[in-house]
Amino acid sequence: MSHFSLTAAVNYFFNYFLMKGVLVTIGLTVAAVVGGLILGMGIALLRMSSNPVLAGAARLYIWFFRGTPLLIQLVVIYSGLPQLGIKFSVITCALVGLILNEAAYLAEIVRSGFMAVSAGQREAAWALSLSPWVTFRRVTLPQAFRLMIPPLGNSINSLLKATSLASVISVEELMRRSDMLMQEHFQILEVYAAATAYYLILTSVWDAVQRRLEKHFGRSSVAKSRKVATAAPVTRASAEARA
Amino acid sequence: MSQTPMMTERATVQPQLREVPAVRMEAVYKHYGDFTALNEIDLKVAKGEKIVVCGPSGSGKSTLIRCINHIEKHDEGLIYVNGVELDYQRKNIDAVRRDTGMVFQSFNLFPHMTVLENCTLAPMTANGMSEAEAEDLAMHFLTKVRIPDQAEKYPGQLSGGQQQRVAIARALCMRPKIMLFDEPTSALDPEMVKEVLETMKKLAEEGMTMLCVTHEMGFAREVADRIVFMNEGKVVEQAAPEEFFKHPKSERARTFLDQIIH
Repeated sequence: MSHFSLTAAVNYFFNYFLMKGVLVTIGLTVAAVVGGLILGMGIALLRMSSNPVLAGAARLYIWFFRGTPLLIQLVVIYSGLPQLGIKFSVITCALVGLILNEAAYLAEIVRSGFMAVSAGQREAAWALSLSPWVTFRRVTLPQAFRLMIPPLGNSINSLLKATSLASVISVEELMRRSDMLMQEHFQILEVYAAATAYYLILTSVWDAVQRRLEKHFGRSSVAKSRKVATAAPVTRASAEARA
Repeated sequence: MSQTPMMTERATVQPQLREVPAVRMEAVYKHYGDFTALNEIDLKVAKGEKIVVCGPSGSGKSTLIRCINHIEKHDEGLIYVNGVELDYQRKNIDAVRRDTGMVFQSFNLFPHMTVLENCTLAPMTANGMSEAEAEDLAMHFLTKVRIPDQAEKYPGQLSGGQQQRVAIARALCMRPKIMLFDEPTSALDPEMVKEVLETMKKLAEEGMTMLCVTHEMGFAREVADRIVFMNEGKVVEQAAPEEFFKHPKSERARTFLDQIIH
């Protein structure tokens, strides 16, 4: 009846060659998220800086990388830069492109997270004479991070799928390897069904991770039954004696 | 400058006046663009003195006390806190902030930390206390504000009154010499105002130097050594509560009192 062979699709799903492509996709995504977060955090800090030159540079960066297609960025890095004598390996090209691009999006997410933490939190930290580092690390960052998780989740979901664009510059990730299998066997639907299944699994796993993160960082509204016992009954005298 | 001299001082405060004042402000100005929030403020607060700052909204009372711990930067004039000049130098600002505790209208507790963690963060990170020491200290002050049993809860699980008492305990954990209260009861439901005021009264009885911006005139009458009445960025009138409530000098203060005392 049909021209679609489920058996073939299942076979492709368990194809070792394709599975290795999945690992490359995961690797690209993880590396781009980590690199993009570090770079994006830096850009967000510049963007929030009171120095107009630094803030302007960060703005320009974000404007450029969010305003041009990732595909062009990748092709320029891979095929264009060698013209200027700058050459990287294929995988480095893909990583550089993905990180530069992702950083622009993450910078805006990071910035919006920090801006949403109320000024009163910082004021309270100043009033308690907390150092700028402690204020950042213990007061603003955890609260900003909580607010960043939903948009961060979205962005990482997009990134995971955007790694498929690296196939264009011949990185052998999931998409590229699907193409290669398809060209060899010409079972278009079957191969892409297997690839689609992998993408769905990956994004679903990420969804689950994101939900856990949200729950974990949203815990401030939920009682945590931690030890109170350690805070032994303090006599007034003992506390006063120390002072 | 229409600055009325200090009318009366309670006997207990008098001998301390010769010491370095807790707070001294001389010709302090603060501008927001064209708006003058503080207009030539001169104010001296003796150690142990309790000051209530009142006045219509927008009169600069919050700005005044927020300048004392440099949460707000004054533009001109001199501010000394326990003899340390607030001259924008990091180490002086830090010294002043260590001497002052602040309680905010909107509590500003750290929502992602338990009550106990809120209280131990500064002692541990800024004073290098061990966790055990800091927890003892925190429990001591949480007991004092009568909520030791809430130590493991998060701020969001507490009532407004409880949160504000935690905020007071948190500030006390740094053992400040001066406490600044910026409308501490204005965000509270009426039934919770009392518990916070009681806590503040207790603190006053123990001899803490206090500057409170508040509309709680009952509290002012009972606790304050002096009322500082502000209008349009200026200190219009300063007097002992008795004097201020019975015979306000300025027209502006009379209207203000008529409006808030129903």
